[in-house]
Amino acid sequence: MADESHELAISVRDLVVGFGRQTVLDHLSLDVYRGETLGLVGASGGGKSVLMRTIVGLLPKRSGTIEVLHTKLDRTEESVQAIGRRWGILFQQGALFSSLTVLQNLQFPMREHLTISQELMDEIALTKLEMVGLGVADADKFPSQLSGGMTKRVALARALALDPEIVFLDEPTSDLDPIAANEFDLLIKTLQQTLGLTVFMVTHDLDSLFTVCDRVAALSEGRIVTIGSISEVLASSQPWVRAYFSGARGLRRKVPTQ
Amino acid sequence: MLKQILTNDGLYLKAAGAWTAANAHLLESYDISELRRKGVKESAVLDVGGIKALDTYGAWLIERLVRRARACGLTLEIVNLPERFTKLVQAVHVTHGERKPAKRTGSVSMFLETIGRFFPQFAEDLAIFAETLGAIFSALLRVVIHPRRFRLTSAVHHFDRVGWQAMPIMLLISFLIGAIIAQQGIFHFRKFGADTYVVDLVGILVLREIGVLLIAIMSAGRSGSSYTAELGSMKMREEIDAVRTMGLDPVEVLMLPRVLALIVAVPVLVFFGSLAALYGGGLVAWLYGGMSPAIFISRLQEAVSVNHFEVGIIKAPFMALVIGIVACGEGLRVKGSAESLGKRTTTSVVKSIFLVIVLDGLFAIFFASIGM
Repeated sequence: MADESHELAISVRDLVVGFGRQTVLDHLSLDVYRGETLGLVGASGGGKSVLMRTIVGLLPKRSGTIEVLHTKLDRTEESVQAIGRRWGILFQQGALFSSLTVLQNLQFPMREHLTISQELMDEIALTKLEMVGLGVADADKFPSQLSGGMTKRVALARALALDPEIVFLDEPTSDLDPIAANEFDLLIKTLQQTLGLTVFMVTHDLDSLFTVCDRVAALSEGRIVTIGSISEVLASSQPWVRAYFSGARGLRRKVPTQ
Repeated sequence: MLKQILTNDGLYLKAAGAWTAANAHLLESYDISELRRKGVKESAVLDVGGIKALDTYGAWLIERLVRRARACGLTLEIVNLPERFTKLVQAVHVTHGERKPAKRTGSVSMFLETIGRFFPQFAEDLAIFAETLGAIFSALLRVVIHPRRFRLTSAVHHFDRVGWQAMPIMLLISFLIGAIIAQQGIFHFRKFGADTYVVDLVGILVLREIGVLLIAIMSAGRSGSSYTAELGSMKMREEIDAVRTMGLDPVEVLMLPRVLALIVAVPVLVFFGSLAALYGGGLVAWLYGGMSPAIFISRLQEAVSVNHFEVGIIKAPFMALVIGIVACGEGLRVKGSAESLGKRTTTSVVKSIFLVIVLDGLFAIFFASIGM
């Protein structure tokens, strides 16, 4: 699947990240191609979220290089600002601004980065809201009035507000019921295909890996131990990957074969 | 980016370039109803074959052109849509993207509405104050009957925070205020040779009014606000609901120890604060007014009776109760948003300072009528 003709969206080389004496990511390298959906799996506390937060510049790195859309990120203000409107991030808890309505939440990045009229902003925000499966009736609600699934949808709509090229999803289906999680997976897939997005998804949800992801990367002991299509990863002989996918939860699943 | 060519058959619109978010501000100004007024016939063609890049913004702008054209009686047909854009255009096409404009009301009616809303709000405030007071007392009663249910550790912890840790700042401020009163007294009394009366001024003012009022206002700002913020964020994070579902009473577990700690702490602070204020007054009388400490003390004993001290110190626990009730009550009224936490904390401080001053006035009337 690692086709050389694909253009790179994210390229991480020899990344080292740690806190104090502890090294979380140890010379990690990872490539994400444009237009693909990459799922990142790994043990809880194993550094999945750390990797994502380092790529988007929230955590400092000790060494290594990160390139997003051919821009080197060295955690300076300018590099993050320039790239900030070209990616969107869905935080695990949604991170919606609690004092703004749903519509204002969606318009917040537009207001900062674009110079369009309020009327067009309203229209675009409502269009986005409908694209994630919500309606006009939800536009004036406050985040505290939303259910878990709705919060995720609004957060996704906000991540997509500026039509970014890359979206980062941090455990998008973690606190959703199976029906809602399935709908959300389909939504991500549909939007990914419609908008031609590159999706970087941190997840624990095996269903998401099967339905949404083009490639899956497994993170263990600070490195990417296996990367490839889901069937390649399932066939991997790496002990941690085998344990992850063939545990009791994995066995209950019907593994699709190519 | 959008060229219009008038042909014999009607209008031919040719779109080109990048129809993306970055260019949306250039594209949105195009007004299609203008053409209708200029006499363009019923149908027009929008050729989108030249579009290089398209995102949701561009797709919506195309959709908007079509809808606006329809609204003014034109039929706009999209032609040459590149294959890779069809999904996006279709996805935007099925949305509604419009809503009823919000009701706009005049400034006069808004003003009247604000006034109108104030009165039920005020009634609600009173009801909540009474409710919190009642809840605290019933919790206190339960604790008196079953003393083992009292959370002594928590109460001591809060006493440490609102009493002991507050001591330095309270002493400093009281000291300074006492010194300032003495300086002003000496400066003005000296004109008619009455500078010895500054001792009466400082003694009575500090012990009866200023000492207790100052500490109460400072406690409302320092400790009341932190009570509101603590309980408010616990409310936001459903911690209070968790306490309730464990079969415990949040009033008994969270509010009672806090309020009791404040009721104990404020009189202690008032006592030491008054000492600091008298000390400050005496120091200024000595250094600025030339009155030796021995004379100041003997004069103080003549001027001040224990009555004055009692009047001050009796008020302290009542003021502490008011601050505690307002602070905890406002904390429990916090809703989900960060803004509401800030608003409630402000309200808590403003309201408790106001009530402390009102209470002081009521006490003044009461003590005057019983001749203290």
